[in-house]
Amino acid sequence: MLRIILSRLFQTVIVVFLLVTFTFFAVRAIPGNPFAAEKATSPEEQAALEAYYGLDKPLPIQYLNYWKNISKGDFGDSLAMKGRKVSTLISEAFPVSLKLGLLSLLLGMIIGMPLGIIAALFHNRWQDYSAMVIAMAGICIVAFVLGPIFQLSIAKPLSLLNVAGWQRSSDILLPSITLCFGVAAYLARLTRGGMLDVLSQDYIRTARAKGVPTLQIISRHALRPALMPAVTFLGPAFAAIITGSFVVETIFLVPGMGQHFVLGITSKDYNLVLGLVLFYGILMGIANLLSDIALIFMDPKLRNS
Amino acid sequence: MLRTTFYLILASFLLVSCETRSDVEIANEENILIVGNSNEPKGLDPHLVSGVLESNIIRALFEGLCVEDPAKDSSSLPGVAMRWESSEDFTQWTFFLNPKAKWSDGVPVTAHDFVFSYRRLLSPDPNWPAKYTEMLYFLENGEAYHRNRVGEILCKNKPDFPLAWDLLKGANFNGDKKLKLESFAEQEFTKMEEKDLAKFKAYLSEGGALDFKKLTADPVDPSQLSDAEKRVFFNSIGLDKLEKEHLIFLKKQPEMIEWTEAVPPEVRQEVLDLLIAHHEAGKPNLWDQARVGVTAADDFTLKLKLRGPVPFLTEITKHYTWYPVPRHVILAHGEINTAFSSPWTRPGNIVSNGPFQLKTWRTNHLIEVEKNPHYWDRETVSLSGIRYLPIKNSYTETRMFGDDQLHITYTVPSELIPMAREKYPGQLRQENYVGVRFLRVNTRSTPFDHPQVRRAFALAIDQKAICEKILQGGQKPASGIVPPFGDYQPPELIHFDPARAKTLLAESGYESTSSFPDIELLTTNSDSGLREAEALQAMWQEHLGIKVRITQREWTTYLQKQAEKDYDLCVGGWIGDYLDPTTFLEMWVNDGGNNNTGWSSEEFEALLSKAENTADVPTRMEILSQAERRLLDDTPVLPIYWYTTNYLIRPEVKNWTPLLLNNHPFKFVKIEKP
Repeated sequence: MLRIILSRLFQTVIVVFLLVTFTFFAVRAIPGNPFAAEKATSPEEQAALEAYYGLDKPLPIQYLNYWKNISKGDFGDSLAMKGRKVSTLISEAFPVSLKLGLLSLLLGMIIGMPLGIIAALFHNRWQDYSAMVIAMAGICIVAFVLGPIFQLSIAKPLSLLNVAGWQRSSDILLPSITLCFGVAAYLARLTRGGMLDVLSQDYIRTARAKGVPTLQIISRHALRPALMPAVTFLGPAFAAIITGSFVVETIFLVPGMGQHFVLGITSKDYNLVLGLVLFYGILMGIANLLSDIALIFMDPKLRNS
Repeated sequence: MLRTTFYLILASFLLVSCETRSDVEIANEENILIVGNSNEPKGLDPHLVSGVLESNIIRALFEGLCVEDPAKDSSSLPGVAMRWESSEDFTQWTFFLNPKAKWSDGVPVTAHDFVFSYRRLLSPDPNWPAKYTEMLYFLENGEAYHRNRVGEILCKNKPDFPLAWDLLKGANFNGDKKLKLESFAEQEFTKMEEKDLAKFKAYLSEGGALDFKKLTADPVDPSQLSDAEKRVFFNSIGLDKLEKEHLIFLKKQPEMIEWTEAVPPEVRQEVLDLLIAHHEAGKPNLWDQARVGVTAADDFTLKLKLRGPVPFLTEITKHYTWYPVPRHVILAHGEINTAFSSPWTRPGNIVSNGPFQLKTWRTNHLIEVEKNPHYWDRETVSLSGIRYLPIKNSYTETRMFGDDQLHITYTVPSELIPMAREKYPGQLRQENYVGVRFLRVNTRSTPFDHPQVRRAFALAIDQKAICEKILQGGQKPASGIVPPFGDYQPPELIHFDPARAKTLLAESGYESTSSFPDIELLTTNSDSGLREAEALQAMWQEHLGIKVRITQREWTTYLQKQAEKDYDLCVGGWIGDYLDPTTFLEMWVNDGGNNNTGWSSEEFEALLSKAENTADVPTRMEILSQAERRLLDDTPVLPIYWYTTNYLIRPEVKNWTPLLLNNHPFKFVKIEKP
């Protein structure tokens, strides 16, 4: 167990290192100038700004300096929102995205998993088809369509909910419902697949033959192994959803991390993008580790190996 | 079960916030204005920002010498200054400050704060990244101090200097921009224009070849150079920027840099001595010698001396670059010119002198200001606060307005204008705005090096169709670069005229449109940008038979391509900073950072500087009109339309009347409970 955890952690370190290295050179290869503004930037000013942010040095030196600063816990300054530290921006935005992400994940699980189980139980019947149509729609209909539909059809008639914003505690509802659809849809499909797999196993047939009630078969014998594919998916999905979504955030005016990702790239904010990638990589590693541990607890075969 | 869970969750959240009133209803009771402000501000330091959305917040926090009239353009009310007077020729102004004016921490606002602010904005340090410094070039010697023109500062203001500056200024202090050594080094010789090359050739004819390796070596050793090389080297850099060793060398051979006949040899030596002494003193800051035209006669009397007559100075003092910044707070958090690393604008640190002070600043979330208890005119201020929401998605913004979450939107997307007109009658405002949409033309690229071709492209734009079919926001076809306002009579030279466009194209020497080179139209990656570009593309195709290629680039790449002149045609816009035509004309001068067209005209610049020295308003406007005519005759820029503002505003917001600059003074805004 400890060995698995350690090897996973080691893998995470390697992956994060490669990720940051690749991103470091990739963002600098994008055309555009982080200091371009509506009002012209003079060559002297450009040079002074580059010197201030250390961008005047050769790339390998910049790269080494970046790691040097990271080792001191310094993510650098944002190039676009000057005077603000990348770490401040992340620490402001992450709690928002975490809250929103956790709720959407929870909603996704509550909707997706039962939907998958129902579909598997009624395999090839109308319940199955309608559940899968809903799941497919959840995957296909993107947030920028769902979001405005919810705003106009739920929030506006219902005076209790606001269309957008992040002031009231109820403001989290619409964005999390919008976000949960994708998760729910994937979970439904994965749960259905896992369930179908398990239901055709011999030990389930034996249980049925012995006259165990269906509900008990599912809850006691089938559910745990059937959920394994879904749990594997939940790890990376968790990391992705708690780091925010640009579309949902701009539609619902949520001050989360997703917009930092996209706007960081369009404004060539190298430090911000790198800080986010580093943060995301670490989160992803932790989430994968957690889902691995969960799998070990769920599967005796893995536990004993 | 599904449904039950959903309702349970929904109900639990609604219970937590069992608020049935809308945001606006609550805000009305608290007397707080909620404003859509389009994006997160880049900062709140009045000296470092350049955008409209930042100015919306800064105008609530700070106050200049004069204040906008809430209902009248070109009219100024007392701000920090109680009253003011000017000399007859409008070059000397005295502002008498209100002793009651205080910073939000209770410290009085004095004339010294203004001197400090103007000195700060004009900081000559290359690390000082202010974008709007030229707003203070109206002050006498302001430009010389900011550009660190050492020679001018030292020689002009030295009491016993033997030669008047007017006679000396012909000498090469600033470096000759036509002698670009870098472009030589990069073998761009062939790309240089004939008139720029003339200088090089003149030096060559005086003997000696040019070895560009030696000229661009680091450091350059003048004793290794031939006379022709020395001339190119010294003249390309200019006296102000030469190193100490170079100046010492020049003392032996002063003729290697250009002086004028009027400068006798002993004065040349004296100039060099002054410059060398400045280097030896460690290049100190020259504020005390520069005599920039701003002085504090006493704590509450501010005297300004301008570079020329500026009858509209009070208009300019309303721009945020002329606001005072708190000396005591800035110096507590850094040096005078500490830029981004100074935390003085962060909540808790910032102190301001306007009707409001900063309460909350959360990134991408909210900026809230509250009434400033120390504001001198607090009785007039009706609002108890303003909330600025950084709503990037304008469709969301319109929906939020419909859901009673906002008093005023930043904009209305053009597709939603017909809907808004119908659904919110009386709440949609479409007002004239001093801004112009245009196409820059790269006059160095073929075929646009022909003025006729540029003009043909301008006349083939069906401006009315763009305004009415695409934008639908009441925008007006632009017959020139300066939008109509006040006393200015625009020359009105550009109108849609396809027949004339065709004739011009024929005159340009291109026999058929198929012989045209590939033309690139650069625009941003926004949807509205694409729609506009496609309309232009179709118009040129239809009226001229020329197919242009549209290139979309995201914002920073677009700006960079434009600055590097890596385009043929490029869509752009400009919003006036103050109500005077110069705000639209001065950008087209030769080394103007926002020109980017490669066009320049000495005649145009002569007209502008003539206007700069004219105090009589009608004559001045006439000269500026001539300058615009000169610009449009050459058409390095193709006007498309004049902007309007389109926004939604709730009926309970009062004292928000149309203003051309759209700078509504928040201190007068009232919420009248319905």
